[in-house]
Amino acid sequence: MNIVNLFKIALKALSNNKMRGFLTMLGIIIGVASVITMLAIGQGSKNSIKNQIGEMGSNMIMIQPGADMMRGGARQSASSMETLKLVDYESILNETRFVSAVSPTVNSAGQFIYGPNNTPSTIYGVSPDYLEIRRLSIGDGSMFTQQDIIAASKVCVVGKTVVDKLFPNGENPIGKVIRYNKIPFSIIGVLKSKGFNSMGMDQDDMVLAPFTTIQKRVLAITHLQGMTASAVKEEYSEQAINEISELLRRNHKLKPGVEDDFNIRSMEEMLTTISSVMNMLTLLLGSVAGISLLVGGIGIMNIMYVSVTERTREIGLRMSIGAKGRDILAQFLIESILISVTGGLIGVLFGGGLSLLITLAAGFTTYVQPWSVILSFVVCTFTGVFFGWYPAKKAAQLDPIDAIRYE
Amino acid sequence: MEKNNKQTDKTVIRLECITRNFVVGDETVHALRDVSFSIQEGEFVTIMGSSGSGKSTLLNTLGCLDTPTSGEYYLDGVSVRTMGKNSRATLRNRKIGFVFQSYNLLPKTTAIENVELPLMYNPSYSSSARKQKSIDSLVAVGLGDRLNHKSNQMSGGQMQRVAIARALVNDPAVILADEATGNLDTRTSYEILVLFQRLHVEGRTIIFVTHNPEIAHYSSRNIQLKDGRVVDDTRNEHVLSATEALANLPVDED
Repeated sequence: MNIVNLFKIALKALSNNKMRGFLTMLGIIIGVASVITMLAIGQGSKNSIKNQIGEMGSNMIMIQPGADMMRGGARQSASSMETLKLVDYESILNETRFVSAVSPTVNSAGQFIYGPNNTPSTIYGVSPDYLEIRRLSIGDGSMFTQQDIIAASKVCVVGKTVVDKLFPNGENPIGKVIRYNKIPFSIIGVLKSKGFNSMGMDQDDMVLAPFTTIQKRVLAITHLQGMTASAVKEEYSEQAINEISELLRRNHKLKPGVEDDFNIRSMEEMLTTISSVMNMLTLLLGSVAGISLLVGGIGIMNIMYVSVTERTREIGLRMSIGAKGRDILAQFLIESILISVTGGLIGVLFGGGLSLLITLAAGFTTYVQPWSVILSFVVCTFTGVFFGWYPAKKAAQLDPIDAIRYE
Repeated sequence: MEKNNKQTDKTVIRLECITRNFVVGDETVHALRDVSFSIQEGEFVTIMGSSGSGKSTLLNTLGCLDTPTSGEYYLDGVSVRTMGKNSRATLRNRKIGFVFQSYNLLPKTTAIENVELPLMYNPSYSSSARKQKSIDSLVAVGLGDRLNHKSNQMSGGQMQRVAIARALVNDPAVILADEATGNLDTRTSYEILVLFQRLHVEGRTIIFVTHNPEIAHYSSRNIQLKDGRVVDDTRNEHVLSATEALANLPVDED
């Protein structure tokens, strides 16, 4: 008997019992839809974190003084170690191949005052390269220049949050002079707003000034609290780290075997860590959803089992008019596969729709991966075969003599 | 009733010393003991017997649903005893048409779809040939105007006609009817008998298993079973006409 006829027979049998077929399908629909949605949520949040890190600069490299490991006694705070010097900055700036930009960082947190308004924020002493490294850009006015660095000018570039706090009436902040630690800084530029990052930090709550100004006029130090750099490309982060590490060891005259007196971390590293956490989360969500798919499959087995008992006489008739055991087996298998695959198809659409709805309604980023759709489909077909097999086998093994007179 | 003129000498069924034993617990039940007879093409045979006489077992054997414990059974010249399940299924599909007491139509399925069912299991039929054969069959049983009626929209007599059409559709060597009028009222039973007699006249070989002695008057030969043995095998010289019997029935009041 050919497969086309078997399909016709199975389709006919299903259409005779539409409601039951649909209810059986419902288990699969919910299972597949939840697998798709959960994976979409998992992948979506992974992507959005990746994007946010990317916005911060996925090729960013952070260099801090102090060893990575604690050696015996109490660990000093990074900023109180004075191992990073201006000369280190200059070597990185001039002697590297894999580093595209580098900026010293010296920070100070405190109160900023303009007229009757004041706000707490952090002032970052940096070089003009900092904009490129952190993917920041100037909205209004301009960035300070190398000249300002040499002269340690009292100029600054402010973030949107600081502007809103200090100029609540919407005045143009450019050219205004704000005070920090009694030092007047004149505003020469305003940063374009970047909003909050994935860790909930306000990326607009900052003030940038020439690092020399902060070193000399604010902190009165000659060392650097840290440095931020960019690898030429994300993939070259590793090489860039090695290069910087070698330069710093040379500058600091560290003998082989002696531990680094600085530590370097890259965004790429963080990204890998976050990715693995997110993968774990996605797997967890997916497997919970997978269980509902399994329950849906058991639903198919249940219904097919009942169906075989209920249709014993039909099976007997089919056998007496010439259906072989394998024809009956195939018919019931095709029925259960049709239920599961149709359910899977509806489930994919439903899950896709649900993911879209979650994005629109809850603002979660979701991303339906093509492989999750294919996976659901394969799992569905497999479910149909697996859970349809036992009832179908039972049907095929019926004795036509008994089956035809079954009451 | 006119004599059937199409009866030939070709043997359709030949049973040689058929026995069939069932082991139930420690006991062996002898359902058939040394049954032998032949049926020629074009005969209309009734097989009668009370309950427990072995007629169901004989029907199952004739229908290739069961195989004898010993003895030989030739259907259309083919030995059935040694055949496997699958080849017997194919044999049933090509050589036998079943008509059951309870019709056994598929529910919620049209007459055509019910009738074409045997052909669905025969890959040599295309879907259009299948449809044409089914329509021809339904026309032959007088249901040409009920082609697309579903089984639950038909009366018992109509359903049995559909079942007969289904038994005819594969041009079987023999039609096996198992109490085919058992579920029907008197009038409808005669209508079905009329149909069987007409098929007989057309040259079909029919075996009608029943416990109703009246039906034997309308067949051309009667085989009587008792305790698994053939106790009587007589040719019926005075076949009654079911058409006349139907005409003589008192007209229903309602």
